[in-house]
Amino acid sequence: MTENTKKLGFIGKILSLPNDNPTKTIIVAALLCLVCSILVSTSAVIFKPLQLANKEADIKKNILAVTGLLSEEADVNTLFKQFEVKIVDLETGTYSDIDHAAYDQYKAAGDPDTSIALTAEQDIASIGRRAKLAKVYLLQEGGKTSQVVLPIHGYGLWSTLYGFISFEGDFNTIGGLQFYAHAETPGLGGEVDNPKWRKLWQGKKAFNDQGELKIEVVRGFVDFKVAGAEHQVDGLSGATLTSVGVSNLVKYWLGDHGFGPYLKNMNEAER
Amino acid sequence: MASEIKAAVYDPLIDNNPITLQVLGVCSALAVTTNMMAALIMSIALTTVTAFSGAIISSIRNHIPSSIRIIVQMTIIASLVIIVDQLLKAYAYEASKQLSVFVGLIITNCIVLGRAEAYAMKNPPGMSFLDGIGNGLGYSLILMAVAFFRELLGTGKLFGHVIIPVANEGGWYIPNGLMLLPPSAFFVIGLLIWLIRSIKKEQVEPADYQIHQVHRTEVL
Repeated sequence: MTENTKKLGFIGKILSLPNDNPTKTIIVAALLCLVCSILVSTSAVIFKPLQLANKEADIKKNILAVTGLLSEEADVNTLFKQFEVKIVDLETGTYSDIDHAAYDQYKAAGDPDTSIALTAEQDIASIGRRAKLAKVYLLQEGGKTSQVVLPIHGYGLWSTLYGFISFEGDFNTIGGLQFYAHAETPGLGGEVDNPKWRKLWQGKKAFNDQGELKIEVVRGFVDFKVAGAEHQVDGLSGATLTSVGVSNLVKYWLGDHGFGPYLKNMNEAER
Repeated sequence: MASEIKAAVYDPLIDNNPITLQVLGVCSALAVTTNMMAALIMSIALTTVTAFSGAIISSIRNHIPSSIRIIVQMTIIASLVIIVDQLLKAYAYEASKQLSVFVGLIITNCIVLGRAEAYAMKNPPGMSFLDGIGNGLGYSLILMAVAFFRELLGTGKLFGHVIIPVANEGGWYIPNGLMLLPPSAFFVIGLLIWLIRSIKKEQVEPADYQIHQVHRTEVL
């Protein structure tokens, strides 16, 4: 018997133990976890470059979609080359000459050096921290900016919504709004993806003639007989909290603590 | 042997279908059947996971301590699901975005754990693999059938191609919006079960209880 177990070696000894033996139970569990974690982490590492490329292409596609440039025939990367990418210092509303390719606004928002903490009063979009610099995408036509795309994000009902809002050359008329990542209830809050609802944003004015931020999502339908309808968008029925969230995040990002100073600067420069 | 293989693969298609006979895995059948493309990807993902988890669990079945066997099975299934999810994110990004959490939820799909516990723990790896394929195909068949009706009647399309031109795009068909909502999957699955059990009477279960006829005299 002793000779027999010696021949089997350590692994054989373990394997020949009855299955209910506590030592075997622990060793089987440990081995299984080791093998599984190696497999899972290997697959995560191997596929990461492809996944990142997919994500980037998806973001480009959304930027094209929000400006209405996306078409089935043309390649996303070629179309995206029309855009000029710039970095904006949100505090002053001026351009910064830092390299845009390496800058990740959402990563920067997590670093105390490159972001600022928002007070509860300022933080209507519930994002906690905001990066000091933001990436914007400009479309030039005949030496003038014809469209500008700004990244926005904020909390809805269940999740943070990430998306883009685009403006026409006057930096006041909204060209489109689109979210590319969220986890709102499909069919209710998830209707932020509905093309019909997104179309309602087109042509709305963010600011009134005095330069005050007026844009908002209202409950129910917009009454076009009342003054100020050009600043209002219909709420999503059955998704009041998501609508309020979208309203707040748009207000935040176009407000004084978001792109407000930048939009004012640009608007004045255009006049 | 050959007949055993045949039985492992073909039986779960109609005769012992995991959805219509055992009524398992209904949650994902409701969630991912609004269009056929999503249903197809989900079907492939689930079939792969069921087959491989069956084979792996079966090959170590003699050394799984019975006290932790469910956890061992879940760990293997969960690892496979994560790998499938990673693969989808790398090679089928649009589809994985659409399926979102439901790929991850394959982990909790009763069919996968059910086959591991009921079949793979007692049978050799090769057969367990085929059993997984068979059950995956049985699931896929129902998923595709449900998605066929939901996408066709809900949007007038199949795999995104227009089959019936819908009214608000200049056609004649007014799409049935209910078909895009989860309850419609219940109706379609229910009708399928009815259809299958009408043809195959042996699937009809005996009634659990008899309704007692109350006679007037008893009441008085």
